[in-house]
Amino acid sequence: MANLSFDVLDAAPTGRRPRSRSFWHAVGRRLARDPMTLTCAAILSLILFAAIFAPFVAPLDPYRTNITHRLLAVGDRHYWLGTDELGRDLLSRLIYGGRMSLFMGFVPVFLATVIGAALGIVAGYAGGALNMAIMRLIDVFYAFPSVLLAVAISGVLGAGLVNSLVSLTLVFVPPLARVAESVTTQIRSQDYVEAARATGATGWRIVIGHVLSNVAGPILIYASSLISVSIIIASGLSFLGLGVVPPEAEWGLMLNTLRQSIYIAPLNAVLPGIMIFITSMCSNLISDGLRSAMDVKV
Amino acid sequence: MLTKLRPMPAQPDAIVQPLLRVDGLRKHFPIRGGLLGRVQGHVKAVDGVSFEVHDGETLGIVGESGCGKSTLARLLIRLIEPDSGNFVLEGSGSDNPSARALRRRVQMVFQDSYATLNPRLTIEDSIAFGLKANGSGRTEAKRRVHEVLDMVGLLPAMFAERYPHELSGGQRQRVNIARALALGPRLLILDEAVSALDKSVEAQVLNQLQGLKRRLGLTYIFISHDLNVVQYVSDRVLVMYLGKAIEVGPVGRIYEAPLHPYTRGLLSSRLPMDPRRRVSIAPLSGDPPNPIDPPSGCRFRTRCPIAETLCAEREPQLARAADGHVVACHACQPGSGHSLARVKEAAPC
Repeated sequence: MANLSFDVLDAAPTGRRPRSRSFWHAVGRRLARDPMTLTCAAILSLILFAAIFAPFVAPLDPYRTNITHRLLAVGDRHYWLGTDELGRDLLSRLIYGGRMSLFMGFVPVFLATVIGAALGIVAGYAGGALNMAIMRLIDVFYAFPSVLLAVAISGVLGAGLVNSLVSLTLVFVPPLARVAESVTTQIRSQDYVEAARATGATGWRIVIGHVLSNVAGPILIYASSLISVSIIIASGLSFLGLGVVPPEAEWGLMLNTLRQSIYIAPLNAVLPGIMIFITSMCSNLISDGLRSAMDVKV
Repeated sequence: MLTKLRPMPAQPDAIVQPLLRVDGLRKHFPIRGGLLGRVQGHVKAVDGVSFEVHDGETLGIVGESGCGKSTLARLLIRLIEPDSGNFVLEGSGSDNPSARALRRRVQMVFQDSYATLNPRLTIEDSIAFGLKANGSGRTEAKRRVHEVLDMVGLLPAMFAERYPHELSGGQRQRVNIARALALGPRLLILDEAVSALDKSVEAQVLNQLQGLKRRLGLTYIFISHDLNVVQYVSDRVLVMYLGKAIEVGPVGRIYEAPLHPYTRGLLSSRLPMDPRRRVSIAPLSGDPPNPIDPPSGCRFRTRCPIAETLCAEREPQLARAADGHVVACHACQPGSGHSLARVKEAAPC
C-alpha cells in the first residue's frame, strides 16, 4: 500500500513529492493500530506474493491437461484444490490466475489515477471554460454504467489484454477526475493559495506545492476502493470472452469455463469466485482503513 | 490594554516622499444573475480611491465592514486587477508595475493566520515557497527562512520543521509576517493582521511590528476596524466609506479634530474607558447603504446628521482642510453652498 501512495504522488507533472512527513507518519501510525486493515493487507500481500512468484509457489504446471484426472474434488492428495474440466491443477491455476487478475486490478486504476488526477487538477485549477470543457466531456462517460461502458469499449476494440486494459482505464478516469476536480476547486479558494499568489508564485508552482499535497489523500482513498471494482470488471470481461483468452489462467475466465461443471463439482467451480471475493474485499477494507486513518483534522 | 500605550509620534523631520501613489483606483465586481447569467449590476467595492503612502510611515485605513478595505488591499498587491486607476511605486521604474515586479517590493499579511498557512506544509516550506517562486535555490531559501524567523522572534531550530496546527495564533501570525518579510519588501500591507489575536498577543505582535519597521526601514499600510489599534500604530489615517476615501490626515488631527461627520461618528462609537462618560446615544445608526446602488451625491448623506439637498446633488471631492489633512464633505469646504460651510477657511464643521 505504501508503494501506491508514492505512485499517486509521483503522478505530479514534475514529479517532486511534497515533503509532508508528519502527516504520512501519522497516517502510518494509525494504520498500524488498525487490526482489520493489517489483516487485509497481510492477506492481500500473500496473494500478491504468490502471484508474483507463481513459478516457485505453484505446486504443478497450470497448463498441463490430464483427461483422466478431470474435475477431481477439493482435498485430493495430489491436486490439493482439485482439478478443472481439463484436469489442470486448480491451485496452480488460481495462483497463476492471480497474476492476471491483480494486474488488471492495479494497472488500470494506477493509469486512470494519473490521467484522472491530471485532468481534474487542471480543470479545477484553471476553472472557467477549460473546466467546462473537461468536465462536460467526462460527464459523457458518466452517463453509462461502468460495466456497460467497459463491455462496450472492449467490444469495439476486441478481446485481448491490452484492449481490456484500455477500456478499464477509460472507465475509471471520469470518477477519479471528478474527485480531483472537486478537491482542487476547494483548495483553490483557500486563503493559503491566495497568500502563495501574493508572494509571487504562479500556476504550476502552486498546483505542485499546495494543491497536490492536499489532493493526494482523497484520490488515494478513492483509487484504492476502485481496485476491487477493476478486478471484478476485468473478470467480467474475461467471463464474457472480451478479456483474456484461453488457455491463459485468469479468475474470471476460469469462472466462465468451470461454469458448465457447477453441478458436477460445485466447489471447484466457485473457487475462482472466492478468490475474487477475498481480493476485492481486502482492498475495499484497506481503502476504508486508509480513509479513517487519513481523516484527521490537522 | 492599548489605551495605556502612547501613540507613536509622527516623524516631522523625516523627508517626506511618496513611496506609493495611487490615483483613482476603481474596482467594480459584476453581479450575474438570471437564467443567462447576464450582468445585472456592479458592487462598487472600491470606487475611485486616491492616496499617497510616504516612505517610512504607517498609513492606517479604517472603516466599517464592507467599505472596501480588504478589496483595496488586494488591489494594491494585485491579487485582483483594478478596473481603472494609476499606481506608481517609487523606484519601480514605471507606472502600474506588473504583478510580479510588484511583489518583491510589496507584501501582505492576511487576517486569518490559520487559513493562510497550508496545513500540510511545514513552516519552513510555507515561507520558502514564495522565495523559490522568485528564483531562490534550496539552500539560499532555507538560510533566508531562518533569518526571517529569527527576525520575528521564532527560534528557527524550534519552529522551522513544525506544522501550522502545532503553533499558537500569535506564533502563526508571526510566521505570516516572516513569510511577507522573506522577499525583502519595502511596503507591507497588514490587512486586519492582528484583529484575530487575543488582546495581550495583539499588543506583542504590534510592538514587534513597530520594531521591525524601525529596523528594516519598512512602510506599513495598516488596515483595521479597531480604532484604538490604528491610533496606536499609524502616522496618518485614511477613513473609508462605501468604497471611497472620505478623510485623510495625520493621526493626531483625525483623532483629535475629525472633520467629516462620518469620522466623528466612527470615533465617538468607541467606548470610553471612563465609566462616567457613558455613550448615551448611538453615534451612527443603521447600516451602510448597498454598494451596488450607492446614494447619489455624497454617499454618507443617508446617515449624515447635517445632510442638505446639496449633498444629494453633488459629490464632494477630497479637498485640503489643513496641513496634510483632506476631507470630502461639503460642510467643510468653503464656498460649497452648504449652510455650515464657512465662506473663507475650512474648519471643523
